[in-house]
Amino acid sequence: MFNINYISEIIPSLLSGASMTLQVFCWTIVGSLILGVFLALGLVSKFKPFQAIISAYVWLMRGTPLLLQLIFIFYGLPTVGIVFPRYEAALLAFILNYAAYFAEIFRGGLQSVDKGQYEAGRVLQMTYWQTTKKVILPQVAKIVLPSIGNEVINLVKDSSLVYVIGIGDLLRAGNVAAARDVTLVPFILVGIMYLILTGICTFLLRKVEKHYSYFK
Amino acid sequence: MLELKNVVKSFNGKTIINNLNLKIQDGKILTIVGPSGAGKTTLLRCISGLEKIDSGEFLLDGQPFDPYESRDNESVIGVVFQDFQLFPNLSVIDNITLAPINVLHQKETEAKERVQNIIERLDLTKFVEQYPYQLSGGQKQRVAIARALAMNPSILCYDEPTSALDPELRNEVSKLILDLKENGITQVIITHDIEFADKVADDTLTVKPVD
Ligand SMILES: Nc1ncnc2c1ncn2[C@@H]1O[C@H](COP(=O)(O)OP(=O)(O)O)[C@@H](O)[C@H]1O
Ligand SMILES: [Mg+2]
Repeated sequence: MFNINYISEIIPSLLSGASMTLQVFCWTIVGSLILGVFLALGLVSKFKPFQAIISAYVWLMRGTPLLLQLIFIFYGLPTVGIVFPRYEAALLAFILNYAAYFAEIFRGGLQSVDKGQYEAGRVLQMTYWQTTKKVILPQVAKIVLPSIGNEVINLVKDSSLVYVIGIGDLLRAGNVAAARDVTLVPFILVGIMYLILTGICTFLLRKVEKHYSYFK
Repeated sequence: MLELKNVVKSFNGKTIINNLNLKIQDGKILTIVGPSGAGKTTLLRCISGLEKIDSGEFLLDGQPFDPYESRDNESVIGVVFQDFQLFPNLSVIDNITLAPINVLHQKETEAKERVQNIIERLDLTKFVEQYPYQLSGGQKQRVAIARALAMNPSILCYDEPTSALDPELRNEVSKLILDLKENGITQVIITHDIEFADKVADDTLTVKPVD
């Protein structure tokens, strides 16, 4: 069964599954990082009601399974008349969920920078935003990178959850081939492809972390 | 000259500074001594505009002046914090030129040129490309001083400049402070080290906790 012909026969369908996996991955990263930054600013804001609402949101998203959220949005919401197509439902669930994790990570990063850094900027007559941009954010970036990296790797694997709402991702492509041809080879290939994807992510994250290693 | 008139500052109803009157003479060194908890840091934070005073006024060269609101680059009050608060993500030269570039809108090359004599005076030439984590306590303090001086402050304030340093460095610091005085810098130094204060002070203000 491990022959090259068979493998080259199923590779195209696996690759097209992988491309779906990558799309879910990329859009989720972009959407949830941006949303996460805003949520984090809300979490550290001095406006209490705002802070409370966002805390509740983060608590809810982190305290329930992503799988439940995904099923809720795709199968649950239509029962109350809110219908999302599969792909949109998947992106929505992933972005909302991952943004909560990123928000918590950014909040921790923002709060771990010494308040004295803002004061040092202030007595040098710099504005709040100048200090934030030139001094605070580079420190936050360095602090949060390892945790962000973990979540990014998790996301590669979590993206396979879209299987349950019938999206043709890498895992589904492998499963279809395995069931049809009664062989475990597709599963092995799928595993290898996930390893390649997480490997690439790890490599890129190391590069970024290295970029920030010039200071402590 | 900076003059404080009837300055009052309290936190949550507890008075820390009670009707303080004080004159800080140009080119002189004023030390503020007193036990821990007496409100020395609070006073420095009021003078440098990090805390808003409850009442009273400041006069800078006879003109009313509110350090808390002032954004005037001609009347900067420089601060050397007790823990220095250097920017860890910036090299020594970038720490020093960050404000001149961003606040005074100097070009990078111009800013670097202008701070050259400060860097030499503080003996930092060898360290300009290094990052704060690579420096000793004394070197960090000199970077903090250089960073403050680069904004050409009317007054340079220090909070406990000897507390974060090895005792052997006390003499170095007093020499440095007296050297800056020679160069016409007005300095306010908070310390609970009376011996150190005696060495550098032209005037001394002794504070104690408000009962
Ligand atoms: N931000 C603040 N809020 C409430 N109390 C404060 C604050 N800052 C200082 N204090 C209080 O003011 C008093 C004087 O503190 P501080 O100025 O730091 O004294 P010193 O520097 O002389 O040791 C202390 O009792 C301290 O608890
Ligand atoms: Mg103090």
